[in-house]
Amino acid sequence: MSRLLVGPFNRVEGDLEVALDIADGRVSSAQVNATMYRGFEQILQGKEPHDALVYVPRICGICSVSQSVASARALADLGGITMPPNGQHATNVILSNENLADHLTHFYLFFMPDFARPVYAGHAWHAEAVRRFSPDYGEQVRAATAARQRWLTIMGTLGGKWPHTQSIEPGGSTRAIDSAERVRLLAKVREFRSFLERQLFAAPLEAVASLPNEEALWNWHAQDPLAGDLRFFLTLVRDLSLQSLGQGPGRYLSYGAYAQPDGSWALPGGVWRADSARLDVLDAAAITEDATHAWLAEGGKGPLHPLSGITRPEPDKRGAYTWNKAPRLAGEVVETGAIARQLAGGQSLVRDAVAHHGGTVYTRVLARLIELARVVPMVEDWLQGIRPGEAFCVPSSLPEDGRGVGLGEAARGSLGHWIVVQRGRIANYQIVAPTSWNFSPRDAAGTPGALEQALVNASVLDGEKTPISVQHIVRSFDPCMVCTVH
Amino acid sequence: MNVLWLQSGGCGGCSMSLLCADTTDFQGHLRDGGIQLLWHPSLSLASGEEVIELLDALAAGNTLLDVLCVEGSLLRGPNGTGRFHMLAGTGLPMIDWVKRLAARAKHVMAVGSCAAWGGITAGGNNPTDACGLQFEDDQLGGLLGAAFRSGSGLPVINVAGCPTHPSWITDTLMALAANTFNAEDLDPLNRPRSYADQLVHHGCTRNEYYEFKASAEKPSDLGCMMEHMGCKGTQVHADCNIRLWNGEGSCTRGGYACIACTEPGFQEPGHPFHETPKLAGIPIGLPTDMPKAWFVALASLSKSATPKRVKNNAVADHLVVRPAVRKTRLK
Ligand code: SF4
Ligand code: SF4
Repeated sequence: MSRLLVGPFNRVEGDLEVALDIADGRVSSAQVNATMYRGFEQILQGKEPHDALVYVPRICGICSVSQSVASARALADLGGITMPPNGQHATNVILSNENLADHLTHFYLFFMPDFARPVYAGHAWHAEAVRRFSPDYGEQVRAATAARQRWLTIMGTLGGKWPHTQSIEPGGSTRAIDSAERVRLLAKVREFRSFLERQLFAAPLEAVASLPNEEALWNWHAQDPLAGDLRFFLTLVRDLSLQSLGQGPGRYLSYGAYAQPDGSWALPGGVWRADSARLDVLDAAAITEDATHAWLAEGGKGPLHPLSGITRPEPDKRGAYTWNKAPRLAGEVVETGAIARQLAGGQSLVRDAVAHHGGTVYTRVLARLIELARVVPMVEDWLQGIRPGEAFCVPSSLPEDGRGVGLGEAARGSLGHWIVVQRGRIANYQIVAPTSWNFSPRDAAGTPGALEQALVNASVLDGEKTPISVQHIVRSFDPCMVCTVH
Repeated sequence: MNVLWLQSGGCGGCSMSLLCADTTDFQGHLRDGGIQLLWHPSLSLASGEEVIELLDALAAGNTLLDVLCVEGSLLRGPNGTGRFHMLAGTGLPMIDWVKRLAARAKHVMAVGSCAAWGGITAGGNNPTDACGLQFEDDQLGGLLGAAFRSGSGLPVINVAGCPTHPSWITDTLMALAANTFNAEDLDPLNRPRSYADQLVHHGCTRNEYYEFKASAEKPSDLGCMMEHMGCKGTQVHADCNIRLWNGEGSCTRGGYACIACTEPGFQEPGHPFHETPKLAGIPIGLPTDMPKAWFVALASLSKSATPKRVKNNAVADHLVVRPAVRKTRLK
């Protein structure tokens, strides 16, 4: 048996190190280390509650709006504030603008370039992978970067700038839009739709989103295996068996995405169990964080619910190997992300694919691309739903004492903020980010987190110091390490 | 020009902002400007041991390093060990890597307010002992020390902002690649003058409201945000309202106050961000270059002269009174 320390990983957000035990050319056990700590939960102590809206977006530059939305929701919960329908629609457009940009960035800039590596030079598709996805010259990488830039101009109008917009308030959005602007925004959504339909899918979004099952997907693929980048990816899946690489824990968490004015969700949440194909209602009271293997104080009370959570560095703690705590749902390891949203939200192709293969490199990436196809038409609807001239934001006043919970979905999965306010100041603020779930260390019982489980059995080729299979598995989660440990 | 980009105690947002540069071909845009990214954490193919080999070659001087870009603040804690950020796979604190590489670089660039001053990471009680490359808030020093000069003789170039505007970065890199960037191009805080010689207030769409002190009272109102909503645009160095963000945005156009994110110490203003601190009803932070007595006199005069249109629109989120249409020809 040998040990391999892998890092720095790139094309993930933030810095990541993975320690692998290797036996017979396979990973037998993995430990995931988030190597950087900044301490946002400590920084927020004693602040004016509303100031959280300045600090929390800066937890993460790739999902800053998701952080704002979770925080605004926690403050709205604290103050009993309900935003008007226009505020809800504008918030959804802003949030989806970021989420979908993330999916695009992940696929084109972070995930696919690995297939342009020399290690794959012997495969029939390699030259095409280089032409499309080499990071510097790849045609699709460059086209996607341009499409992303154009798409994020929607954020310029609605959020002022990105990242770190402050237009999201507990009471709505600070940027009202008029009918002329709405027309322009709709044109920009159509421009993005057209990029996706020409380059990524080589098919209408609706046709992709309505593929009912795997059989239909592979039939569609067989029609023209290299047309569009999704079908190209499917070609690689077959050739490299990505459908069985990186098996996750089989339980999936989504808080529900895109709140609607009537209180429902555009993508309803819940806990999906692959073994029984069952969707359970989420019990948010069952969320805990276990700090046994984190360089953080435990307070001697075992795993804590975030409302009573503590974050205090203990850099010399024995047995610790990461700055990340281990979030658990009723004691269980869960996976979160687009795959969980699509499973909980009842998308039939993703449910079918996961039933056949589980949560793997293939199904995680597929779920993100299906989400792109599903959500763009929703963005068009939300913009249509805006009533120019009606209120976008109601003034909010916050109580001197109380608590609030803000749950939502970032591109990478379930994001929660918990705030406790005493005498007008933040007494406690705890954040549980999507990658905290996915890249969790072991808990007190020694149970590994989702990625730690998914890495077991990954193949390590002779002489590999940064195994390619490990890179595919890590990136299939689209991790964000700066969020993980905040 | 060889550029190495490292990230430490920040959020990666300055990189994400860079990717929004206004061009139809980002990768070509850099190349055409003479910029070669040796490695960037989000954009390069190299990972793991390939990166460590590159860093070793740069630190040893075997590969030329023209620009070292650092994004994120430098985490000196706990107790000066730098262990709050160990560069993955290397067993070494990031601050050690930065010191070694800065000693080899022709230019050193702080990307964003974290790397320039410490930024948001240094907020609160600064749990990680975060600082900037050559500043700690507005005090010279930081990780590299006040006396530090890179190979070119320049101090650290502070492309501050949280995040930085993409073209503040690309313009500066391109000027460096073209050898046209000199000490005179830096302002007193070592920010490039190309963006720091403007105030955020310049070009703000709320200027007419400002003239009449017609002020926003709640989020989403159209009025000027200086009097009540914490806007510091009249004092803050940056061209956000001239060189717009993401196509057509800026903080004030997005409906919220300028919080001075290009300035040292912005993370701890000493008052709630969205409220203007006042003394006897008068904002403490007066416009740069404006004597207080004049401000008070002008404000009371202009308030009494405020047109109804400006007054009413200031406290609504859309126009409730439109500019009058005159039936005669304009003179
Ligand atoms: S300056 Fe702001 S945007 Fe840039 S890394 Fe720091 S927190 Fe993120
Ligand atoms: S909102 Fe701020 S930047 Fe705009 S006019 Fe008023 S003071 Fe100036």
